[in-house]
Amino acid sequence: MSERHETAAGNGVLAIEGLTVAIGGKEILRGVDLTLEPGRVHGLAGESGSGKTMTGLAVLGLLPHGARVSGRIALAGRDLLSLPPKQLNAVRGAEVAMVFQDPATSLHPMLTVGRQLTEHMRHHLRLSRGEARERAIDLMRKVRIPGPEEAIGRYPHQFSGGMRQRIAIAVALACAPKVLIADEPTTALDVTVQAGILRLLRGLCDDLGLAVLLVTHDLGVMSAVADEVSVMKDGLMVETGPRGQVLVEPRHAYTRALLESLPENAGNAAAATAGAEPSEGEPA
Amino acid sequence: MTLLKVDDLVVEHRTPGRPVVRAVAGASLSVAAGEVVGLVGESGCGKSTLARTVCGIGRPASGTVSFQGRPVAPLGLRRRDSSLTGIQMVFQDPYASLNPRRRVGDQIADGLRTAADTSTTPADLLDRVGLPREFATRYPHEFSGGQRQRIAIARALAARPSLLIGDEPISALDASAQAQVARLMRDLAVESGAGLLFISHDLSVVRLIADRIAVMYLGKIVETGRTDEVWADPRHPYTRALLGAIPAPDGAGVLPAELPGDVPDPASPPTGCRFHPRCPKVMDVCREREPEFGPVACWLHEPA
Repeated sequence: MSERHETAAGNGVLAIEGLTVAIGGKEILRGVDLTLEPGRVHGLAGESGSGKTMTGLAVLGLLPHGARVSGRIALAGRDLLSLPPKQLNAVRGAEVAMVFQDPATSLHPMLTVGRQLTEHMRHHLRLSRGEARERAIDLMRKVRIPGPEEAIGRYPHQFSGGMRQRIAIAVALACAPKVLIADEPTTALDVTVQAGILRLLRGLCDDLGLAVLLVTHDLGVMSAVADEVSVMKDGLMVETGPRGQVLVEPRHAYTRALLESLPENAGNAAAATAGAEPSEGEPA
Repeated sequence: MTLLKVDDLVVEHRTPGRPVVRAVAGASLSVAAGEVVGLVGESGCGKSTLARTVCGIGRPASGTVSFQGRPVAPLGLRRRDSSLTGIQMVFQDPYASLNPRRRVGDQIADGLRTAADTSTTPADLLDRVGLPREFATRYPHEFSGGQRQRIAIARALAARPSLLIGDEPISALDASAQAQVARLMRDLAVESGAGLLFISHDLSVVRLIADRIAVMYLGKIVETGRTDEVWADPRHPYTRALLGAIPAPDGAGVLPAELPGDVPDPASPPTGCRFHPRCPKVMDVCREREPEFGPVACWLHEPA
């Protein structure tokens, strides 16, 4: 494994500084700092409600209506939070792309896969129909969909869950983004399929120099693909560091609690009381 | 005592113009009272079809399902025989399984009426699933996914089931609610002495709550055994692959092993052992003859 450069801004493609989000007077994020570097996967862990998904959505400007945002999200010298909508639209899908949890709902059921793969390419990259189609077939091959020429004319329901998530990743990659935000990309999938998707994500990250923000609650997934790991709790980052350190020698008590609550670490006797959520103290 | 016995069950899906899909192809399974059985397998392997047939939604093509020694008749238009209301199901998606236009208390009361229970109130059941009693007057849209699934569980429990079936009851829930709801189902079933057939593709949750585990592949049960034994020493190559694909949170950055290929089309299953095209230990006999024995349906583990 190559030696890491300093994490500080400078070589980061996307830098989030002091991000706060409040919805309806409730503070969801309370000052989040995060730097994504090309070719590296940054994992974001935490319980539900800790603000990990909101962090991802904030980068794309997809926060719910009425959300009050402050701080800075810098992408190539621009602050995404202060961009006018038109310029932000040019960034979304082209420079920053997102993969959602459930491929069954993130793909449009009534449009062919080819249409969903080419629409934004034609818009952002101004490709002709033929060029876009060619590129779409290429992308399908890259995410290892068998028979891409024929698959491109099919609809999402004709694919299995794992294939659909591959297609969703292909859609996200279509305009060669610099940053990919993957929000629980494997949670809805079988473990055997998950293994394939994780390998794919890791490979794309290494080959294309993509900066990936991987939001997941699964510390196993985190351990498999993330280079850096951040742990969130109540809208704050409690710990950030290299994977090996955070998952093996966590400094923060909350990270330790998360790790100790895993069935692997709780031992067989305690397995009945251990849960995914450490705050949950249900009797066995 | 065996509560539920599924014997050589075959279920077929027929669509006009398409080949017959044999979703369950000769599966046998049993659940005892007070026992939690986890049924795991990849999506499309027939787990849900099996569960639906067990409670009478769907008709078996051959084989039998018996509950407390009596055969389970498929649901028809007539009122279900009261001996069969002892089987209750919790469905995958609580957004779809609860009626959006009725108060949750009324929906739970349906179950109480089925069991002719006049002493318990819907609020008592909400209490048991860990929700405040006053929620009975609210509507489903006022709740989060985890809360709705708790309500669905309360409704199933209201009918005093002796067999509870959970068909992927946690997969539509937020990740951190999954373990809670799964454990709640286990506790409530075991407390009341009922059996629980818990179907999930999430092995880590099944491991937490199941006494016994059954692994299904392409319509067949390929391995059964006590959860801790299967976990410590998986014998069928498919079970090994499933368990090997779970990434370990050890911080080592090891990508989990990938099982090559996809689940084959159940409309045209491979000859011989159904797992042989993906099996790392395939032998000649696997391509020709199907291993029809248990508890591990694999030629490597043929009983003497």
